[in-house]
Amino acid sequence: MARYFGRKLLIYALTFVLAVTINWLIPRFMPGDPVRSMVARAGLQTPEGVAAMREYYSNLFGFDVPVWQQYLNFWAGLFRGDLGVSLWAFPQPVSEIILAAVPYTLGLLIPAILLSYWAGNKFGAYAARKKVLDNTVLPIWYVLTATPYMWLAILLAWALGKVAGIFPVGRSFSASLVPSWSWTFISDLISHWFLPFLSLFLVAFGGWAIGMRNLIIYELEADYAHYLGALGAPSRLVRRYAYRNAMLPQITGLALQLGVIVGGAVVTEIVFDYRGLGYLVLESIKTSDFFLLQGIFLFIVIGVLVANFIIDIVYVLVDPRTRTGMGGGAA
Amino acid sequence: MTLSVSDLAVHYRTTRGDVRALDGVSFGVADREIMGLVGESGSGKTTLGKSLIRLDSRMRHVGGTVTLDGRELPIGDDRAMNSFRFAEVSIVPQYAMSALNPTRKIGRMVRELVESRKIRFASVRAELDRRLDLVGLDRAVLDRYPLELSGGMKQRMVMVISTLLNPALLIADEVTSALDVSTQRAVAQALVGFRDHDLVRSMIVITHDFSLVYQMADTITVMYAGRLAEKAATETIVTTPRHPYTQQLISALPEVGVRYGGKRLSGIPGTPPSLLDPPPGCRFRDRCPLAFAKCVEEPPFVEVGPDHFAACWKAQ
Amino acid sequence: MTTVNPADPTEPAASSMPPGEPPPATVPGVATVHGVPVRREALYFARRNKKLVGGLAVVLAFLALALVGPLFVADDPLAYVGPPAQPPSGTYWLGTTTFGQDVFAQFVHGLRATFLVGIVGALIAGVLGMVVGFTAGYRGGAVDEILTMVTNVVLVLPVLAVLMIIAAYLQVRNVAVQAVIIGLFSWPWVARAVRAQTFSLRSREFVDLAKLSGAPVRRIIFTEIAPNMASYLFMVFILLFGGAVLFAATLDVIGLGPTDGISLGLMLNHAKQWSAMNLGMWWWFIPPGLAITTVVGAFYIMNVGLDEVFNPKLREM
Repeated sequence: MARYFGRKLLIYALTFVLAVTINWLIPRFMPGDPVRSMVARAGLQTPEGVAAMREYYSNLFGFDVPVWQQYLNFWAGLFRGDLGVSLWAFPQPVSEIILAAVPYTLGLLIPAILLSYWAGNKFGAYAARKKVLDNTVLPIWYVLTATPYMWLAILLAWALGKVAGIFPVGRSFSASLVPSWSWTFISDLISHWFLPFLSLFLVAFGGWAIGMRNLIIYELEADYAHYLGALGAPSRLVRRYAYRNAMLPQITGLALQLGVIVGGAVVTEIVFDYRGLGYLVLESIKTSDFFLLQGIFLFIVIGVLVANFIIDIVYVLVDPRTRTGMGGGAA
Repeated sequence: MTLSVSDLAVHYRTTRGDVRALDGVSFGVADREIMGLVGESGSGKTTLGKSLIRLDSRMRHVGGTVTLDGRELPIGDDRAMNSFRFAEVSIVPQYAMSALNPTRKIGRMVRELVESRKIRFASVRAELDRRLDLVGLDRAVLDRYPLELSGGMKQRMVMVISTLLNPALLIADEVTSALDVSTQRAVAQALVGFRDHDLVRSMIVITHDFSLVYQMADTITVMYAGRLAEKAATETIVTTPRHPYTQQLISALPEVGVRYGGKRLSGIPGTPPSLLDPPPGCRFRDRCPLAFAKCVEEPPFVEVGPDHFAACWKAQ
Repeated sequence: MTTVNPADPTEPAASSMPPGEPPPATVPGVATVHGVPVRREALYFARRNKKLVGGLAVVLAFLALALVGPLFVADDPLAYVGPPAQPPSGTYWLGTTTFGQDVFAQFVHGLRATFLVGIVGALIAGVLGMVVGFTAGYRGGAVDEILTMVTNVVLVLPVLAVLMIIAAYLQVRNVAVQAVIIGLFSWPWVARAVRAQTFSLRSREFVDLAKLSGAPVRRIIFTEIAPNMASYLFMVFILLFGGAVLFAATLDVIGLGPTDGISLGLMLNHAKQWSAMNLGMWWWFIPPGLAITTVVGAFYIMNVGLDEVFNPKLREM
């Protein structure tokens, strides 16, 4: 098992290094004087902003310093937690801005992932054994999973927000309110949260349901299922085994889908003007605030890697074969 | 126990029509009898074995009856059959190597299986241990995952599980096909031992390996193209086979100790007919050296000697 | 956004499968791709499979629209041609945008861009994935270890984040560049799946025979192994196409789409930016999203149909 985790950590470390390196490399591939074009693109008015940016980039590119040292300086800054200063929200530091937005995004992501995963697996397993249900809902799930995240978001925003007027559209809470633990704020927050959550939930749900349905069908056709049936075991027992066995690839699938769902959350937030990381992404792109963008990028990468690792641990706990050291254990 | 099969017909539904895998089969198995069921691939022997315990989703019980100890087995009714499964009729399947849930410890799976059949595991625990000793498995195997066992060990484990409730009839489907010769011998001996120790009353051993049933079985039944060709006591069928197919089968077997310098092993030219649309009359007709005009009429499976049945006009 | 990332195809399901048969690759959200080729009857069942035929019909219909449509409308879909914010009418089949651009013109041009991205992206990812997968599966050993490591790293990388960074720094972005980038990041699951299949096939007798006769590695892969995976590869491409289209749309919406031209995702981006939802201009954002959903959905359904054709066990009696 040590070998299993060792491998995983190596992969995550490599991935992180790769991500940071890409982050560091890309600006260097731009033609011309990178600093000037960056500053020009930012279109900053204030001399302080221009000076700060110029200094940051000069440090970043550090043309007076050899390339490898520039690279190391970048890493050093990273470990100091210094992600720079945002241009869009000058003079706030990037890390502060991100940390303020993270709870909103996590508030969307975590319930959406957990609920869609749980519900999708349950319903998918159910459809696998009831042919009638299968024929009616399966096409719906296919449509759901084929729906781009942001289009469903737009649809829901328009249909339930604008047309039906049930939910507010835009922002994570009303402009007039200030974050607090009061009931007014919380209920307002929830009403703004609901549509983005629903949007994420539905698309992801379709995917999990289809996957689980297929896996259960496959498991129910496995030899052990036939054997148990031949010995008169009730279908309840066979279903329990099938469900347990089908969950294993689904857990691995969760790890793989994380990046996708995070992407979905970003676009959904953009559609709803929901003030989480997604909103920051859009703003940073619009204003060419590269510090902020890079900060978000690194944050997402770390988040996904950590989540992957947690899932790996869960997998080891759930698949007994990884503990005997044989088989199992998705790399 | 007595098993009596009368005119059993089981078909497979396919998109191109019904495959008549079992087309009117009648025979009996006596108490404490080990009956070998031999035939080539596609002869229907596995279908016969399966239909006595559990039809799979594509099979259809089209006609005929199966009677166990005077009671009719409701083979067409999946639910009703459940009370017979495991306790009265049991099977060691063809896929025994992969018949165990890969993510469950074996002991735990057995416990859950037994409890799901409304039997307290504690009551069979001692017996389980004894059986493991009988087949030569370490008791610690219950604490392992199927992954950790060799093919032969898994085979024996499945044998232990399937016979745990002392079924009246055990169906052993190709239990030795995937094993090496010495393990084959061990498994065959274990099976006979089950019968001798009264853990199982009677057995149907399905195989394409004639020499195996010669060692193990009391009687041998030969199947061809969904029908029975011949049934007799082992010695009888080997020394005096009456059906041309059986005769050719036996002469196709190499003899130990005989050198084949001058003599060639004879096979049976041709292939069995398609069971989707079988020809009328005797199905062996096209490959039979003794075929004559009457063979277009299906020969009945009748007694041609003491406890010796054959389906051939020439045998009568 | 693509939902086309599969669970590990080599894992747990393997134990309950008969030896020699590779476990199916499960694509959470879409399909179970089996690797059992049944070619003789394939065409017979293919023509009769409703999902396959239906899905294909839908895809071809949209493709036809994409190819032919732009010929019937103005060359520049971004031109200001009419009165702003008009609902669909006889002159403007899908109405106009807030600036008076022809939505239908944008739609058909966008459709073309979408198909382009899908095909190019799928091709790149497919070829890349197959090369990596075949090599890793066939060679084994150290080569396999390294390639698997690379595959896993790219797999774990949150692609959207990386693409954000890359696209943000690029001055000029067009559809082709977008397709290339998407292709460069969508291949890991293909590599994994192909590797698993190759593993199981390379120990078959006909491969040994080819090796004994001295055939070079490349020839063995192309003439012995690949044809047996043909059905599988075909389905992989279909899934890749759907994924690429979704991915491109997502990039467009964030604002990282092509800097020139139009695509369906860009239409959605513009619609959002100019408050089409609040203004109730449904004709602006419903058609593009609907088109994407329909095309991708049709591809997924086709994939299910293909699975049924190639794997007899799934066929309904």
